Formats: sequence, C-alpha cells, structure tokens
Amino acid sequence: MRNDPFSRAVLTRRIFGAALAGGAAMALVPGAAFALDVNSARALIDKAIADVNSVINSGKAEPAMYKDFEQIFASYADVPVIARSALGVAARSASASQMSAFTTAYQGYIGRKYGRRFREFIGGKIEVTDARPVKSYYEVISVAYLQGESPFDLRWHVSNKSGKDLFFNIIIEGVNMLASERTEVGALLDARGGDIDALIQDLQKS
Amino acid sequence: MTSKITIYLALFTLLSACAVAPTPSGINDPNEGVNRSFHSFNVGLDRALVRPASTAYGAILPAPVEAGVSNFASNLDVPGDVVNNILQGKPQFALQNTMRFALNTTAGIGGLFDFSSAIGLPGVETDFGETLHVWGVGEGSYVELPGFGPSTSRDAVGLVVDLVTNPAGKIVPDVAGGIDTAAQIGSRLGDRNRFSNTVDSLLYESADSYAQLRLLYLQKRRFELGQTEAESDATFVDPYEDPYAQ
Repeated sequence: MRNDPFSRAVLTRRIFGAALAGGAAMALVPGAAFALDVNSARALIDKAIADVNSVINSGKAEPAMYKDFEQIFASYADVPVIARSALGVAARSASASQMSAFTTAYQGYIGRKYGRRFREFIGGKIEVTDARPVKSYYEVISVAYLQGESPFDLRWHVSNKSGKDLFFNIIIEGVNMLASERTEVGALLDARGGDIDALIQDLQKS
Repeated sequence: MTSKITIYLALFTLLSACAVAPTPSGINDPNEGVNRSFHSFNVGLDRALVRPASTAYGAILPAPVEAGVSNFASNLDVPGDVVNNILQGKPQFALQNTMRFALNTTAGIGGLFDFSSAIGLPGVETDFGETLHVWGVGEGSYVELPGFGPSTSRDAVGLVVDLVTNPAGKIVPDVAGGIDTAAQIGSRLGDRNRFSNTVDSLLYESADSYAQLRLLYLQKRRFELGQTEAESDATFVDPYEDPYAQ
C-alpha cells in the first residue's frame, strides 16, 4: 500500500544535489545540445558522475568541496536563468546590479545547500536511457541508482538559448527543481518583506 | 468480506459514471489556513516524538532486523494492493502481487524477507486513492492530515477506505491486530530515520516547509498516477519564455 505520502514525497528531494552536479556534464561538448544522442548523453553523464565522485573522494574539507560543487553547477547549468526563475516576479523590478549580485549569491547558496548532501551520492550512478527534443529544448531521460533506494526517473532539460549548451531544470520523479527553488526563494523573500538586498546578504551568509 | 465488497460495488456504481479524471495543474488549496495549522501540529509531533523515536529505533535495532520489520509490514499491505489492482481493472498486476504475497509469506518466512524482489518480482504498490483516480475522480483540493501528512481530498478518502478495509485483517486476524500495527509503526520510524537528513532539511531548513511539502507531494503524486507525461507541455516551466523572466 502506498499510504506513506510523507516519506515518499521527501525522498525525491535528497538527490537534487547529486543531480545538479551530475547535470553538469550536459555542457561538456560546446554546441552539441541539439546533436545529443543517447550515447553521447550517457557518456557525458558518466563523465560528470566521475567528476563528482572525484570531488567527493578528494579528501578536501567540506567547505572546499562545496566550492567545487558550486563550480560544477556554474559551468554546466544556466545559472542566470535559473536564478531569475527562482526569484520569480521580483526579478522584474530588480535592478541589473541587484540581479547580478543575486545570481552570484544564489550560485554559492546552491553549491552549499546541495553540497551538504553529498554523502547520499556516494556509490550512486546515473544511466541515460533516452534523449528527445521537446519544444525548444532537449529532454534527457535517465535512471538514477542511489544506494539503499529503488531506481528512480531523472530528467534533464537542456537548452542552448544562452549561447552554450546548459541545463536549466531537473525533474526527479515528476518533481521539478525550478518550481521547488521558486517556492523556496519566494518564501525567503517574503520573510524579508520583499527586500532583495536583504535576501542577497542572507544568501551569502547561509 | 461481504460488507466490504458491497461498499466497493456501491462506490464503483457511484463513480463509474464519471468521465476520465481531469488532469490537475497548479495548486488547489482553498483550506490553506486549516492545513497550515495541521502542518504546524505535524512538525511539532515530529520534533517532539517521531524524530527522537526514529533515532532511537535506528540506534537500537540492527539493520537486518529493521529490514525484516519493514518487509513484514509491507507484505501485509499486498492483499490490499491486490484488491485495488482488480478494482482498477489491472488483473496482471493483481496476479503479480498475489504471487509476490505467496512467495514472501512462504519462502520469505512470513514476509520477513523480500524473497520476491530478490528473484526479480517487484511489487506493484497502489492504493484506493489511485483506484478512485482510475474511476474518474479528480484530485480535489490539497489537504494536510494531522498525523498522516500531505494528501488530497480524493486520496484522503482513499486512505480511510484502505485503512478500514485492509484485507490482511480478514485473512490473518491474529496478525493484523497488534503485530501489524506495531510493524507499520516500526516501518515508518525506520523510514524517518533512514531519510533523516532529507526530512530534516525539508521540515526544518525550508523557508516555508508547508509550501515545499505541498509542492513536492502534488508533483510526486501526479507523477505516480501518470498525470505528468501526458501534460508535460502544459506544466513545463520554460524560464527562457517565462513572463517573470523578461
């Protein structure tokens, strides 16, 4: 019976970090977003997993590892677009300098927030099974195997609209990272009376 | 058994007239105020009781014993799954779950071992909420139930029906009394402990844990019911075309 909605709902959340880091690989081949096929996508993911594992196994102190995870996120995800989407309506009224400061702060926040969960990713693997064009972007379909968990469906949305091939969303068993981030950042902003500068300062500290 | 079948037949007659369940989108939460107070209650319950109990449970029991409790509890859910498989018109899943129940109850020593999964026969978990969905009942509004967590008005009805009609109680009356309940509680505590970091981060580190839990539950549930694939275009977030992103 599936009468345990609570624990089921939260399971998906734990692997955002791994997914973010793994998705990094989507951008390894410049200009290849619309030339992706299952094999190249699989190779890219495998490479990313190896990169993430090498960070995990580097023996560095945790703050240094968070920096590395942030760097992977910065290289392979379309951070400005994700940050703008997470900020939601407030992005409209933000100044260019506020957006720039928010994006930088948000990138570090993501690296630390998901980086803290890196232990859950030890021994995990992600296998790409398919890739297909959807509307104006590419959806790469994969299955994630984390230790002690049933395999689950993991999808990557990749676009080259930024001028490079970068991923901009991750869907874990139907759970959409952009929507989750928008809810979180929206709540953080509300708690500060809509003050973007205060939010930026607190993100830098968190 | 007879009265239960009568209930199902009555429900089926009532509901089979409905069309295919409408595909939900967005968040329908008209009772947010009440839900938020139940959420606070649930978080308080977790902080005061469930979390400490689960930590103790995980610390005291060796991992194989925990797995045994969890297997035993989920094996007792399988007869209920079979009933729902049939009600959903999916006899192949009912057969698969029946074989699973038979194997795990015998070769798996009363359900303590998940023999069936080990030989490549996984379960097809379901619930009466899904049956209602198959019969055409829409999701309804979001609810957070005290003690049970997130649900929808449709799935809350399903939960009650599943709890009241659990056939495990009819097949093995002795087992389904105290031992079943104890195993279910143990299994839940084991899950809470195993995913402690995740649950803690959701409940205690989110800026708005109510909104996060609601979003996660609704997306996950729609995915389980196969409602995301068909409407992927409708729910897709395109930040490049997002009105807020301009």
